Amino acid sequence: MNDILLGLAQAAELIVTLNGDLVEITALSLSVSLTAAIIATIIGLPMGAWLAINRFPARRFVIALLNALMGLPPVVVGLIVYVLFSRSGPFGVLGLLFTPTVMVIAQVIIITPIVASVAHQAIRELWADYHDLLISLRASKAQRIGTLLWDGRRALMTASLAGFGRAIGEVGAIMIVGGNIDHATRVLTTAIALETGKGEFAMALALGFVLIGLAIVVNLSIHILSRTERSARW
Amino acid sequence: MMLKRLVIATVAVMIATATQAEVLKLAVTTSFANSGLADVLLPQIKDDTGINVQLLIVGTGQALALGAAGDVDAVLVHSRASEENWLAAGNGTHRREIMYNDFVFVGPKNDPAGVRSADTAVDVLRSISNAEAPFVSRGDASGTHKMEQRLWEEAGLNPEREGWYRAVGQGMGAALNTAAGMNAYIMSDRASWLKFANKADLEMVFEGDPVLFNQYAYLPVNPEKHPHVKNDLAMQLEEWLVSDTGKALINGYTLNGERLFTFNAKVE
Repeated sequence: MNDILLGLAQAAELIVTLNGDLVEITALSLSVSLTAAIIATIIGLPMGAWLAINRFPARRFVIALLNALMGLPPVVVGLIVYVLFSRSGPFGVLGLLFTPTVMVIAQVIIITPIVASVAHQAIRELWADYHDLLISLRASKAQRIGTLLWDGRRALMTASLAGFGRAIGEVGAIMIVGGNIDHATRVLTTAIALETGKGEFAMALALGFVLIGLAIVVNLSIHILSRTERSARW
Repeated sequence: MMLKRLVIATVAVMIATATQAEVLKLAVTTSFANSGLADVLLPQIKDDTGINVQLLIVGTGQALALGAAGDVDAVLVHSRASEENWLAAGNGTHRREIMYNDFVFVGPKNDPAGVRSADTAVDVLRSISNAEAPFVSRGDASGTHKMEQRLWEEAGLNPEREGWYRAVGQGMGAALNTAAGMNAYIMSDRASWLKFANKADLEMVFEGDPVLFNQYAYLPVNPEKHPHVKNDLAMQLEEWLVSDTGKALINGYTLNGERLFTFNAKVE
């Protein structure tokens, strides 16, 4: 209990004094996870929409697989990405291991199934409403997907934010592929793991509170920027 | 707008990391990093040689694996047998001894196994085993774990299936946290123990047996096996580590008034 209060006090001190290390690792956490969320959105939303409006033999299997992949263990993803990007692996020549780029790649793999699954669920319901209208207008497949994505944007934002939430709190994969290198690949979650290992629980908790605060600020600002919860429906 | 700016910022970060000159990646053990010695050495290395040393803090097993895969330029570890196997497999150019520290036994203040009266490290393990007192093992193929296994072997004991023997499979800090939580005995390197902030009801119960000395060695990764490794920088770093500056900083580093590392590199 005492550690929690100490942690809160330390978090306040770090933020008020704009601690240089804190700013650096927070900025990296934010840029890695936001980039991963944006890329996962670009891949996941059209994938979810496409699955919602198309009928093909293996459809049920593909959707079940996608849902199962939502539970991908990050540490396994990290290990696979490490083996692929290690100097002894197939993509080793790129020299990307232990850089923010490969951390983004690992997070994209982890969160794309989440974004696609949530998007698929949302669009499937919208498709039931829009089906007759879009068919009678003879909209092409691309037009149908475009309309559904636009009219479902509110629910789809939730899909992206769910992906972002998983990414910013993730530690298993980025610890392995990023290496938690000071001033290079250290982010909030790996710093928390490091401080815990040192037995510095107050500092670890302080970083944890910063992380939670950051997630709230990002979600709030995206809601404000996209003007949700204002008129009757949107 | 905001997203666009963030993407640009991210790309800038990536390019900055990719093009930074004179970066050397060094895999080190948790005990070295947790001791705080790295915080003293790295800024001075940067001032003297211009090398920006990036540390990957892992166990000896993983450090050697990273070196064998060519993902780091050199390793600084402490497990002689593993190091020699690693060299024999052609992964490195040579092994240079740099310094040593020592291991200590930590346990509950009331010392239920009576470890304080032991004469040798092997006696310590026998007492713990006889009392069936909880003992936390690193269990992660690290240098510390290998030293512990060697001592059990010397004691003629094989505790791995016993209920009081708990292998956590984690780093020194996490293992110490576990021992503090269970009020168990544990073997730790001195530096990690002194620096550890969550001591709870534990204290140091045994130290000083010469068998507990822990030699750190520096091994550059073989550039013939991995042409991309920065062998010239790795050699420059080695020269610095065995220099008089390195010696003075290593020997001069103390924690609570105790010297943690003793420089013992042979100057050629």
